[in-house]
Amino acid sequence: MEKETFTVSVYSENNVGLLNRISGIFLKRHVNVESLNVSKSEIDGVSKFTIVIVETQEATRKIAGQIEKQIEVIKAYYHKNDETIYQESALFKIKSSLLFDERQIQNIIKESNSEIVTVSREFFVLSKTGRRNEVDAMHDLLKPYGIMQFVRSGRIAVTKEEMPISALLKEFNQN
Amino acid sequence: METLKAKNKETKKTTMKISGAEAIIHCLLEEGVDLIYGYPGGAIMPVYDELYKFQDKLTHILARHEQGATHAAQGYARVTGKVGVAMATSGPGATNLVTGIADAQIDSTPMVCVTGQVFRHLLGSDAFQETDIIGISTPVTKWNYQITKASEIPEIMAKAFYLARSGRPGPVLVDITKNAQLEEFEFSYEKCTGVRSYNPVPKPKEEAIDAAAELINNAKKPFIVFGQGVILGEAEEELKALVEKAGIPAAWTILGLSAMDTDHPLNVGMVGMHGNYGPNILTNECDLLIAIGMRFDDRVTGRLDDYAKQAKVIHFEIDPAEINKNVMSDVAVLGNSKETLKLILPKINENKHESWHNEFKEKYKIEFDQVINDQLNPTKEGLTMGEVLKEINIASENKAVIVSDVGQHQMFACRYAKFNQSKSNITSGGLGTMGFALPAAIGAKMGAMDREVVAIIGDGGYQMTIQELGVIFQHNLPVKIVVLNNEHLGMVRQWQELFFDKRYASTVMTNPDFVKIAEGYHIEAKRVSKRENLKAAIQEMMASKNPYFLEVNVEQEDNVFPMIPSGASVSEIRLK
Repeated sequence: MEKETFTVSVYSENNVGLLNRISGIFLKRHVNVESLNVSKSEIDGVSKFTIVIVETQEATRKIAGQIEKQIEVIKAYYHKNDETIYQESALFKIKSSLLFDERQIQNIIKESNSEIVTVSREFFVLSKTGRRNEVDAMHDLLKPYGIMQFVRSGRIAVTKEEMPISALLKEFNQN
Repeated sequence: METLKAKNKETKKTTMKISGAEAIIHCLLEEGVDLIYGYPGGAIMPVYDELYKFQDKLTHILARHEQGATHAAQGYARVTGKVGVAMATSGPGATNLVTGIADAQIDSTPMVCVTGQVFRHLLGSDAFQETDIIGISTPVTKWNYQITKASEIPEIMAKAFYLARSGRPGPVLVDITKNAQLEEFEFSYEKCTGVRSYNPVPKPKEEAIDAAAELINNAKKPFIVFGQGVILGEAEEELKALVEKAGIPAAWTILGLSAMDTDHPLNVGMVGMHGNYGPNILTNECDLLIAIGMRFDDRVTGRLDDYAKQAKVIHFEIDPAEINKNVMSDVAVLGNSKETLKLILPKINENKHESWHNEFKEKYKIEFDQVINDQLNPTKEGLTMGEVLKEINIASENKAVIVSDVGQHQMFACRYAKFNQSKSNITSGGLGTMGFALPAAIGAKMGAMDREVVAIIGDGGYQMTIQELGVIFQHNLPVKIVVLNNEHLGMVRQWQELFFDKRYASTVMTNPDFVKIAEGYHIEAKRVSKRENLKAAIQEMMASKNPYFLEVNVEQEDNVFPMIPSGASVSEIRLK
């Protein structure tokens, strides 16, 4: 089976130590995590892990099964790219003088649909939200001018299909 | 803490202001614990002080090493079905528990471990005997938690016991900082009856039951492989009813052993690497494989791409993560084995499958002639491990609890020991922990004082936890200890003989005088080396009302057969 990109979405309690427990499942199987994002979810008090891996579908299914087995995990799903709407965020810190000296910089800002977050005498910060390839393309364009700092967030994703997590929680609570 | 949302329905108890340490004792008592194994030390001393005060209600057995405490708790849990409890201090005390915890995790044994921890304000400062036991134990626990304030104790302890025993059981570790043991708080206890993110027993689906029944009713050559799930689910009667009604030959995995009477005519033996010939060969000839409460371990399946490929597969299982993990199933029946087997029974047609059953008998005859007879009725000079087991069966009338360690003697024990009662085969199956048996036998004996407990141990594994003889002596526990001494690490030596051109690297043992060691602990001890003395020696041991040590000097270079070589298919099982 071919390896491809999967987004694993984990709904869980918000407890100390759970990240370690989940990351251990990838470690045990020698699977590299491409990106990881933890945030609150659509349900009050429930956290959501969004984990991107490149694996076979079979391995991903088993990993999701092992994650879901953890006591404080409510549900783990996995999806292919075409089943999700996904984005990443990136910040670029660049020398302010370039804004005035390099006309091309202004074109890059306009064409990339990025935003200037802040400008100071020494530097300005660009924020770009999009898919990995868009962020990478912008990085490649800016690199020749010198990037003082660069950071990219983990993938965040929502699925096209419904995730019936609230119903599931309700069912658990009634048992 | 709010987010744990443990559902506590069974409420009562008036509150009282007590220390965290005393609260821990009350929690244990509330959970019905009357026996724990452990080892004291600085960070757990407040709890031990309370144990002293409560010794009339709660017995603490001092292991001689924390690993021994975990295995004893496991042995106790495995014979009783109750949660075993082990306790240790921080740092090395806690790390010494890890092997037993890992063993309990892979063999689904309910156990709660309580460890002391340094004061909360010292966490992360590399304080004396500080170690991150939560981080260390995370991959090998079903759940773990660090308590840093006394008020957390009741809810976490309740949750720990609930999680350890419910669903697919497993080990839970609760680490308690010393300040939490010393703080006073208003104690009240409520049993935990559910955790919202945890679904311990999936509800059986009627479609799955129906589909499984249809496959079973239409099968010409159905074959059951049962594992520990039958014992944990207490589904022994239901399994027997299914086997008898449908006339299906059934074989056990190493942890399923004793779930069904070994002399039952439809019990055809053991599957796996050193299992019986018929069950292994015929796995690849059945048309329906019915797996009940087992997880298709690699020692059971051999090479997966040539495992039961011709057969439809039904998997009765409590843990959804086991479905399609190693072997793809055509029908997965999720749920507790007792419940699912009960549901399917009325839908099963009576059958005999006589000619199919005869195939097992024919294969058994081949195995008997080529392997078993030489083990049980040997003519060569050296004693065989098989004949020792045979004599134990005779002397115990198949009623003993057999606790085995890991290696050749374990395989002989699991192949030749006979059982007519469930929860009687205690061994380290998944982890293969040498040193398991002696401490596990202590726990098994204390969990079943009315039964004979016989530990079968190799000379290698015995020396890994030999210090636990101190516990047997101190408490005069009538455990029967049989060391099958071949002066080698026998299983590794066997592999070296077969697969490494007899390069016996570090497998030859120069052993101490085991009889003298036992006598040093004031345990009655004997050594036997000759066949004519074996029967009497075993009878004398079994008749003793006291702890008893018997060393049997067996053939040094005997091998366990049949054998599926590593990476081979079940069809490629070797008889020699």
